Amino acid sequence: MSTAPETPAPPKPTRIAPIVTLDAKFFWDAADRGEFLGERCGQCKAFRFPPRPMCPHCHSLTREEVKLSGHGTVHGWTIPRHPPPFGFKEAPIVVIVQLDEGFRMVSNLVGVAYHDVRQDMPVEVDFEPTMGNHKVPVFRPRSAS
Amino acid sequence: MSKRRFQDAAIAGIGHTEYSKASGRSELQLAAECAKAACDDAGISPHDIDGMITFTIDNNDEIMLARCLGVKDLAYTTRIPGGGAAAAATIYQAMAMVNAGLCKHVLIWRAMNERSQYRFGQNPNQQMMAFQSGNGTGSLLWCVPYGAMTPASWGALQAARYMHRFGITNRDLAFVSVQQRAYAANNPDAWFYGKPITLEDHQASKWIQEPWLRLLDCCQESDGGVAVLVTSLQRARDMKQKPVRIVGATQSIPYNVEVISNYYHEDLTEMPEAKGTAKRLWEQTGLGPQDMQAAMIYDAFSPHVLLQLEAFGFCRPGEAAGFVKSGGMALDGVLPTNTNGGLSGEAYIHGMNSMIEGVRQIRGTSHNQVTRRSVEHVLVSSGMAGAVLGKA
Repeated sequence: MSTAPETPAPPKPTRIAPIVTLDAKFFWDAADRGEFLGERCGQCKAFRFPPRPMCPHCHSLTREEVKLSGHGTVHGWTIPRHPPPFGFKEAPIVVIVQLDEGFRMVSNLVGVAYHDVRQDMPVEVDFEPTMGNHKVPVFRPRSAS
Repeated sequence: MSKRRFQDAAIAGIGHTEYSKASGRSELQLAAECAKAACDDAGISPHDIDGMITFTIDNNDEIMLARCLGVKDLAYTTRIPGGGAAAAATIYQAMAMVNAGLCKHVLIWRAMNERSQYRFGQNPNQQMMAFQSGNGTGSLLWCVPYGAMTPASWGALQAARYMHRFGITNRDLAFVSVQQRAYAANNPDAWFYGKPITLEDHQASKWIQEPWLRLLDCCQESDGGVAVLVTSLQRARDMKQKPVRIVGATQSIPYNVEVISNYYHEDLTEMPEAKGTAKRLWEQTGLGPQDMQAAMIYDAFSPHVLLQLEAFGFCRPGEAAGFVKSGGMALDGVLPTNTNGGLSGEAYIHGMNSMIEGVRQIRGTSHNQVTRRSVEHVLVSSGMAGAVLGKA
């Protein structure tokens, strides 16, 4: 009846999918497409994170979704050892990234050994798959260019 | 013409259940027991409570608790946002209601089976992962997909930049834990009564968040309940206990600050909410750090004790670790701190057990009573809120 496939299917992603709220939907939709977008005010052009419906400076409701450089630095980091976080085969490196656009977000640092993590090291955005066929932005050490 | 007039507020009663890992009874029962104990301590009937205050994440319903206590005519209820960050805010809001002449007997409570029924320290279940307004932690949504799923992970991320900037190692944090466990070892109410730890024990405990937090840097998960009864200073004078005056109290939530997933404000090497609390508190009371003979400081994780010591001006930025290492928190130190053993040594009743230790230090009834000086003023802090308690 059934025959074994020629090549085994790649392992399914185990990372949990992001929890999407209406005000942040653009961010996660973009990530699914492999794009890294930020939100800024349509009036005064100030960036804000986490996304929110009103500009805290000029109170405009006009929002712009703009492509971010994807560059930043590691502002803080930790390795969650216990309890092992759900959805990770090996302990992830959780980072606070200081983005070049002037705001911070929590993410992961990938493609680096635990003992090579340095505060303020330059990083660039990449994407990793999650359950439910989504993607999240993560960061890896910035390649020299 | 209004008959209301400003009234000074005081703590007239405190109560708590035993602190355990498996209470064997409902959270509502714990709440009723500690509330009754606080009323007994004050010498009033629970029937006469007319205000009730707790904070978010307490599973008990106000009305169900009021029904247990037979509260006859409740005039005010509130549930303060922020979880444990609101622990000292309960005292603030109770004070304000009494000051305003709107309530006579305000009950503060927090009761939970946080070890036996659910576990704060573990990865969240689906329900907890969903955003819940009122916890002040909206940005947890932005942490969970990255494996930052526990309070320790959020707390470590918060402490990392501070520890990095000032070169504070995990070993430096051990002095906080060792001191608090020494206090707990001498406190029969403490879960870790008779169980002090050494620096080596701390360093041998497993990593929870490498390289910042080990197991012995973390508060416990506990079952239990704590209650406080606030009334006017005038009324308190006729009650059973020596009144403890609420000299001042406040909350502070600066722009871009949130509870624990707190990575968006300007300078991650300080705690702006505690600085804001300190500023208002010192302005309000005309007092300063030099006027405190003891402090009870919310210690979800050991670095947060250091951050608050600096925010309140007991130490300069980056100097709290050295302060603690040289015995600053000890009974004979500059500022005896968390003399109940704190949330790591005594129990984790979401901060409230340390609030009532502040009351005991003023009354002179702590198991680790400060005796080297007369205790005139005690600071109690939960970061986003604080109070100065004093002799009447």
